[in-house]
Amino acid sequence: MSFINYSSREINCKIVFYGPGLCGKTTNLQWIYKKTNPDSKGKMISLATETERTLFFDFLPLALGEIRGFKTRFHLYTVPGQVFYDASRKLILKGVDGVVFVADSQVERMEANIESMENLRINLAEQGYNLDKVPFIIQYNKRDLPNVVPLEEMKKALNPRGLPDYEAIATDGTGVFDTLKAIAKLVIMELKKGQEGG
Amino acid sequence: MLGSDLVMYDEEFKLIDAELQRLLQQANAKVVFLVDKNGQLIAATGETENLDTTSLASLTAGNIAATGGMAKLLGEKEFSILFHEGARDNIHISIIGQRVILVVIFDQRSSLGLVRLRVKKSAEALGSIFSQLLQKVETEKGSGKSADSPFAEITDEDIDKLFG
Ligand SMILES: Nc1nc2c(ncn2[C@@H]2O[C@H](COP(=O)(O)OP(=O)(O)OP(=O)(O)O)[C@@H](O)[C@H]2O)c(=O)[nH]1
Ligand SMILES: [Mg+2]
Repeated sequence: MSFINYSSREINCKIVFYGPGLCGKTTNLQWIYKKTNPDSKGKMISLATETERTLFFDFLPLALGEIRGFKTRFHLYTVPGQVFYDASRKLILKGVDGVVFVADSQVERMEANIESMENLRINLAEQGYNLDKVPFIIQYNKRDLPNVVPLEEMKKALNPRGLPDYEAIATDGTGVFDTLKAIAKLVIMELKKGQEGG
Repeated sequence: MLGSDLVMYDEEFKLIDAELQRLLQQANAKVVFLVDKNGQLIAATGETENLDTTSLASLTAGNIAATGGMAKLLGEKEFSILFHEGARDNIHISIIGQRVILVVIFDQRSSLGLVRLRVKKSAEALGSIFSQLLQKVETEKGSGKSADSPFAEITDEDIDKLFG
């Protein structure tokens, strides 16, 4: 649910990073935070446990510049990936404009990826969204590790529709901005469509 | 996509801003701001210079969302008022018309009773401004009018430029 303010000429959109526990959602936001110049970002807020697991959400406001005279702001959120935080995940999805699914490429996390993807579909549906209609892309993270599932297999398991997808190593930033750019583009294109639809 | 996007026009923005300023004065508050339930700041007034209103907006919405979840578990529709008391500053949070959140920050120059009273009044005024706004959005949508829509002519290039 974007917020278009004709008075202050601003557009705000909400993007949620979803995925199983420890897949690297928070790390994605940390990288974006680190590499964005101070004028364009607000404070990054992390509501986390003492062991740095996300407890409620991470929040990073980004000001990306102007489109046709409108300041464009993206609010990035991560959900807590651990299974038992499902109630919180549902809350974060409210009013979402675009979703990035961050998958953990390690063999032993494949089942968790698939479960989390299913969980995303269900939780979106509860909010009245259809995963097949929401701007949505997939990131295969942790490609630097030795025990990763081959890309083709990951695509088959997680991306049967052939959506835009990116390999990433969130810890060194590989693929992180490609992912962000791709989802931002989809979200803005969706806004455009919404307007044309009248 | 579900629901309608939140849209704000100049006319309503000015009305809202004026109402927030009135509340700020009458409640003797430090800061008054209005947040969309999804965490987007709509308007703020008062001593906001050294305040991270963007973060506050997001956390307020998270707070309301979390207590809303608790309410559901108890069979309540929502908890429409939250109050946090600090050593110096206090925060009064209330839901207006199911959609927006009104936040008042105040210190010992005011009191909970006064804030409550004034918030109640402003809530009505703000509620009707928002109904007016929603109606306007619907009408404009119906008429297919998007004259100065920033999106109509958007190109891939525009989007690439965003990232410098
Ligand atoms: N080797 C490697 N480690 C990574 C990568 N991305 C993240 N990690 C590590 O994985 C761990 C978990 O990362 P987080 O970003 O906290 O994971 P999360 O998805 O936010 O986890 P939850 O908050 O529990 O849902 C951290 O130790 C990261 O440093 C990566 O691309 N490669
Ligand atoms: Mg996390």
